[in-house]
Amino acid sequence: MGKLHISVSPHLHSGRSTQGIMRDVVFSLLPATAAGIALFGLSAVWVVLTCVFTAVLSEALFNFIIKKEQTVGDWSAVVTGLLLALNLPANIPLWQAVIGTVFAIVIVKCFFGGIGCNVVNPAITGRVFMLIAFGSMAQAAFPVDSTAAATPLVQLGEGTVPDLLELFLGKCGGSIGETSVLALLIGFIYLLVRKVISWHLPVVYIGTVFLFTFAVQGDLTVALAYILSGGLFLGAIFMATDYVTSPATPAGKLIFGLGAGIITVLIRLWGNYPEGVSFAILLMNILNPYIEAWTPRKVFGGKKA
Amino acid sequence: MAFSLHGVHVPHRKNTADTAAVPMAAPKTVTIPLGMHIGTPAVPAVKVGDHVDVGTLIAEQNGGISSPVHASISGTVKAITSQLQANGQKVAAIVIESDGANTPDPAIAPPTVTNREELVDAIRRSGIVGLGGAGFPTYVKFNADPEQVDELVINGAECEPYITSDSLTMTERAEDMAYALKALETYLGIKKVIIGIENNKKNAIARMKELEKEDPHVKVVTLPAVYPQGGEKVLVYHTTGKVIPAGKLPLDVGCIVCNCTTLASIGSYLKTGMPLVEKCITVDGSAVKEPKNVIVPIGTSMEEVFAFCGGFKEEPGKVLYGGPMMGVAVPDLSAPVMKNTNAILAFDQKDAAPAKETACIRCGACYNHCPFGINPSAIERAYKAGDTASMEKWGVDTCMECGCCAFVCPASRPLVQTNKLAKAALKAARAAEKEAEK
Ligand code: SF4
Ligand code: SF4
Repeated sequence: MGKLHISVSPHLHSGRSTQGIMRDVVFSLLPATAAGIALFGLSAVWVVLTCVFTAVLSEALFNFIIKKEQTVGDWSAVVTGLLLALNLPANIPLWQAVIGTVFAIVIVKCFFGGIGCNVVNPAITGRVFMLIAFGSMAQAAFPVDSTAAATPLVQLGEGTVPDLLELFLGKCGGSIGETSVLALLIGFIYLLVRKVISWHLPVVYIGTVFLFTFAVQGDLTVALAYILSGGLFLGAIFMATDYVTSPATPAGKLIFGLGAGIITVLIRLWGNYPEGVSFAILLMNILNPYIEAWTPRKVFGGKKA
Repeated sequence: MAFSLHGVHVPHRKNTADTAAVPMAAPKTVTIPLGMHIGTPAVPAVKVGDHVDVGTLIAEQNGGISSPVHASISGTVKAITSQLQANGQKVAAIVIESDGANTPDPAIAPPTVTNREELVDAIRRSGIVGLGGAGFPTYVKFNADPEQVDELVINGAECEPYITSDSLTMTERAEDMAYALKALETYLGIKKVIIGIENNKKNAIARMKELEKEDPHVKVVTLPAVYPQGGEKVLVYHTTGKVIPAGKLPLDVGCIVCNCTTLASIGSYLKTGMPLVEKCITVDGSAVKEPKNVIVPIGTSMEEVFAFCGGFKEEPGKVLYGGPMMGVAVPDLSAPVMKNTNAILAFDQKDAAPAKETACIRCGACYNHCPFGINPSAIERAYKAGDTASMEKWGVDTCMECGCCAFVCPASRPLVQTNKLAKAALKAARAAEKEAEK
C-alpha cells in the first residue's frame, strides 16, 4: 500500500484559483475590447496585441533572468497588458505602448516581488508614466466615423454637453476601452456574478463623482455626462478594484471609493488635466495601507477594534 | 442577533443521508487508546491476561478532566501498548482479543439517579465525551452550578460535508435524546433547551419538532446550511444571540453546548447502564466502494471498517478522522475508531493530491469569509516576519481552525497551518515575556 498523504485541515478546497480569477477579469474586459475595436478600427487591435504580448513576454523574461519560478501562467500579466491597452488611445505609436507596458510589468510589478506585492496598480501607473513621459493622452483618438474634435471631458470643460446616449454607447473620443459604458457595465455584471469583486468600490466611486459634480454644477444632465465621460467606469470597475492596492473590507472599499471620487472631481473641474481618474486611483493606492489599518473587521468576541 | 456570521458554502456530499446504520460484528482484536478525550489519559485497570466483557471498565479516569474507558468486545487483554496519536502524542492503548461471544458484563445495570450529584457521576462513569469530535469529558460540562446555566444548546448542525451520523442520531435515537433531556431538566434544573439543526436535514428537523411538541422546554432552531454552523461559538451566537468572548467558554455566557449524539448516548446509558463502547460513524469518501453509516465497536481499526464497506475503489491517497474541513489525516489504516470519531473518510489519489501554493494576491477572501473576522493573510505575513503583536491584533487567538479561509484561498495558501504555528509562536512569546518579568 502506498503512503497516505498527511496535511493539516482543511482537506477540501473551493476550486477557486488565481488563474481562474485573472481569466475571469480578462473575460470581463472582452466586451470593452470588442467595443474599442469596433469604434476605433484596426489600430486598436494592434495596440491591444502589442501590450498583451509585451506584458507576458517581459514578465516571462524577468522571471527567467532572475531564476524565479515562472508565473505568467497565472494570467495576471495578460490582465495588466490588456488593461493598459484599453487605457491608451488607438493611435498611440506602438513603441510607446511597448515602453509603457515594460514599465508597468517590470518596474511596478516584478521589481516589487511580482503578483500580490506591488504597491500601486501596474496598469494605472504605466498609464500615468506614459502621460508624463510622452504626453500620450493628449493625443486622444476618435472613432472612425466621428466628426468630433475634442473628447467629451474637454467639451464639458468648454461648456458643451455631449449627447448622453452617444456617451453611453461610446461614440466619442478617448482611449480604446474607456468610451463604451455599456460594454464596461456588461463586464461589471460578469465580475459581480463570478464574485471576483464586490459592488462597493465602483458604486461608491461613481456615485461620489456624480453627486459631487451635481453639487458643483447643479445640473443633472451635466453630472450624468461627467460620469459617462472619460475613464471613470473603466477605472472604477477594473482598476480601482485591484486586490492588492485596494482595501479588503467593505468599509475600506467605501472610503477608497469616496476618496477616489472626490479627487477625480477636483482634478477634472479645477486641475490642469481634463481627466483625473488615473491620478485619483494612484493616490488612493498609496493611501491604501492606511485605509486598511483604519477599517479592520471586528474580531468576534474581541475587544472593540 | 444583528447579523449572521460569515462562512462558506461547502459541497454537502451527504451520500449516506437517511440510510439506516449497519452494525458491524466484533472484530478479532480491538486496540482501545486511553486518551480518546481532552485531558489526562485514563490509567489501565486491567492486566494482560485478564478476561473482560463488553462494558467492563478497563481504564480509570485520571484527574479532574479525564474519562474512564471500557471494553468494547468480550475476550482477553492481550497487551497494553502505546500508540502514536494523530496529535503526535504517545498514549497507552489496551489490546483485547475477542472470544467471539460478545458477552455483556453481567454487572451492568442502569444507574440509580435521584439527584444532581448522582446524575453527573453517572455521566462520568458512562465514559461519554464530546462525540461531535472535540472529545471533552461531558460530565465536566454538566457539573456546572445550575444557577449559572440559562440554556442547553444541542448541536445538530452537522455542517461538515459527508458526515450524516448526527442526523441519523436525531432520526433514530430521538427517544434516547428525550430521555436524557428529562433527566437533565429534572436534576440540573435546565429550563431551556435549544436544538440547532442545519436546514438541509429535513427528516431530523421533523423528528426533533415532534420532540419539541412533547417537551415544553425544547425549542428547535433551523439554521442556514452555511459552514461552520456547528462551531461552538457560531452555534451559540446563531441560536441564542450570545457572543462568547475571546478565550471564554459557553458557560461564561450561561450556555452548555452538547452534541446530539452525546445527548443520545447519555440517554441510553441512563436507560441501560451500558457505557460508551460503540460508535455510529459515517464511512465515505471518493475511494470508498460502499459508503454507509456503520455501528462500530470502539477500537476497531479503520482498515476493518473500510473492508466492511466493500473496501476501496482504488488505493486511497488520504484517510481522515472526521470531516474534510476539520478532520485529521492518519498515517496508516491501523488507526482505531475512537469515542469521538464521527466519520472516517478515504479519498482517492486525485482528491488527495496537495494543491499548489502560489503567492497571496491580497484578494481578501480569507479575511471576508472568516466567521470571526480574523485576517489570515495578515497573520501569515506577521508570522513570517516574527511580528507577534500583529498576529495578536489580527485575531489569531480566536481562530477555531474551521478552515473557511484556506477553503476559499485562490492561492491555496496553508492558512490554517500557519494560524496553528502563529498561535504557538504567540504563546511562546508570551511565556518568554512572563519569564523576563520574573
Ligand atoms: S482564521 Fe481561523 S476561524 Fe477564521 S476562517 Fe480561518 S480557520 Fe476559520
Ligand atoms: S485568500 Fe489567499 S490570496 Fe486571498 S488574501 Fe487570503 S491568503 Fe491571500
